[in-house]
Amino acid sequence: MRMLLLCILPFTAALFAGILPNGRARPIALIRLALLVGTALVHSALVASIWVTPAPGILAGWLAVDALGLIVLSVTSAVFLATAIYTVGYMQRESPRGGRLFVSAMLVFLGATTIVALSQHLALLWVGMEATTLAVAPLIFHRHDRRSLEAVWKYLLISSVGIALALLGTFFLSSAQGEGTGRPLMLPDLLDHARALHPAWLRAAFLFLLVGFGTKMGLAPMHTWKPDTYGEAPSLISGLMAGALTSCAFLGVARITEIVMAAGLGQFAQPVLIGFGLLSLAVAAVFVIGQSDVKRLLAYSSVEHMGLLVLGLGLGGVGAYGSMLHVLNNGLTKGWMFLVAGNIVLVSGSSAAAANKGLVRTIPVSGTLLVLGLFAVTGSPPFGLFLSEFTILRAAVAGGHIWIAATMLLLLAVIFVGMAMLILGMALGSPEPGVTPVRESRWLIVGPVALAAIVLLLGLYIPGPLNETLARAAVALGGTVP
Amino acid sequence: MWIDVTRYVEATVLLQALPFTSSRQGAPALVLLLVVLTNFTVLGTTRLSTCIRALAVQGFLLGILPVLLATIFSAHLVVLTLGTLAVKAIALPWFLRWAIREAAVRREVEPLLGFIASLLLGAFAVGLAFAVAARLPLAAPSTELLVPVSLATVIIGFIVLITRRKAITQVVGYLILENGIYLFGLTQAESVPFLLELGVLLDVFAGVFIMGIVVFHINREFDSLDSARLTELSD
Repeated sequence: MRMLLLCILPFTAALFAGILPNGRARPIALIRLALLVGTALVHSALVASIWVTPAPGILAGWLAVDALGLIVLSVTSAVFLATAIYTVGYMQRESPRGGRLFVSAMLVFLGATTIVALSQHLALLWVGMEATTLAVAPLIFHRHDRRSLEAVWKYLLISSVGIALALLGTFFLSSAQGEGTGRPLMLPDLLDHARALHPAWLRAAFLFLLVGFGTKMGLAPMHTWKPDTYGEAPSLISGLMAGALTSCAFLGVARITEIVMAAGLGQFAQPVLIGFGLLSLAVAAVFVIGQSDVKRLLAYSSVEHMGLLVLGLGLGGVGAYGSMLHVLNNGLTKGWMFLVAGNIVLVSGSSAAAANKGLVRTIPVSGTLLVLGLFAVTGSPPFGLFLSEFTILRAAVAGGHIWIAATMLLLLAVIFVGMAMLILGMALGSPEPGVTPVRESRWLIVGPVALAAIVLLLGLYIPGPLNETLARAAVALGGTVP
Repeated sequence: MWIDVTRYVEATVLLQALPFTSSRQGAPALVLLLVVLTNFTVLGTTRLSTCIRALAVQGFLLGILPVLLATIFSAHLVVLTLGTLAVKAIALPWFLRWAIREAAVRREVEPLLGFIASLLLGAFAVGLAFAVAARLPLAAPSTELLVPVSLATVIIGFIVLITRRKAITQVVGYLILENGIYLFGLTQAESVPFLLELGVLLDVFAGVFIMGIVVFHINREFDSLDSARLTELSD
């Protein structure tokens, strides 16, 4: 029942939000926003209830919760709730087209990500992933100007090719399933009969699914859409994409990794994952230096963290645990940082570093969150990302990959310097003469503060049930528990 | 000059694949050969209208393939055939032609990579596809030629996508890539029947409705469908 509600609720709400007439008339706009926040709240409550008492699978097991799915679902739900609350404040300030399409597309996005997180059938997972691409396109194009047009064109073209390659990979996976290997493309059956799958087809499936879903994650070298899209989309949408959408895309990669590891092809898959991971870190390090725009900077930071996620999978051992913890930390932190970036844009009209000075003084709350976020996002203690990045580093050392560990540390250090130069330059210093401190709306602050608090807590203490779920996910990915 | 090269490449491909046509599965093999030829037509033509006509022919060939490959008659087969014909042979080419007319796109293809180079790359793709397919175990013998042709079509779609400047030719490349995936899907039509249709439907949605809308906005904003002018955003 709860499972069905989780999947159906967002789509139903999207339908209602779409039926309501467009326009900025107060009562209708309020009802639409109430629908958005209400759906987000119910969704989060349902996800929380699944943590307490597990829900049985539905639709003949096509939709079910497992450890990996639950982690991704929780990140998505939390980031969406924070963003939904933020949207209320955002719409008061800026809603060029009434917001009907905006709210509906957000709710469809929530529904599609829920399907991705819960699906145990790889074709259904693909359908959900395709739906997220389509739902997010009108949101990126929200401002309807030349730059957002260019961004949405790049995003659609590159993601569509990625998702097409993932479809081919799904067909390859179905080719790998001969007679007597259970129901086609069902994850539990694939895992049970993993060793009976054709290795050649399985390898091909792994490569295509990795490149396909990797494109949606924004792994280098398929990351080229990312800075443009995150830079031009409204900040809260960039946050949803960097926090929730990339986590879902990572789930796609994790699913095929699960199967490949169960089939005993780790020797083949792990070097490929490590390669993509290190390349993403390197690309991020090169482009972070000398950035002049905070949203584009965060986009490259997202490329970095996607690299860390697959690096953890590739290293295996405790790395798999580190990766799953990192999904949680990275998703929440990206939501936090992009919402803060949104507040900066609302005040100064630009996310460029040159247009923003002394933010700690002009917008004290967001300015402080920006500085804290710098330390969180670069993996400094006491934030959660320190813990997960350190776990991945430990996996590299424990596996005897000293060079990988050294490269990772070096690149992380370069990224820290690059990000600190830009962000500290914006946050500190004295504001332009004539700029007075602004009181920010509570709606715009609640979300990022809550996300920041969770990331801080995750750095200090990992609750028992979470640890157990992370451990189960790590074992499913062929790893071990630290 | 380039016409000669086209002819030469096409003749070579035909000769290479001729032995297959004489085997037990003559009709499907012939259709698959024609699919390869339509790919080369897209690679070698200077005219946008020829591109789209080739895409329509390819869509038609893809539509009749399930019937030719089928061993038993089923409702699913009818739906798949009619659906594919309607979408890939009629709706998509019509939409593209309408887009060109409405947006007053110039009729030339404007490649970033020369036609001869594209054709040679295409020929290389076919060779590569046959080499790769030979190393992959096949589920059923009836799909002997399906796998290499599908892989070749995917690669050629990719080539068109990255070597042509106009937004609309990039959409053509994407659709060819999709066609290649559809061909591969035919080998799996029995184990996961619905996936093929979903692929067709969703890609139509992505490829045409969404991209189509964007194409129109590009035209309005930039007075041209040249995606190479979309260069405001870069590092």
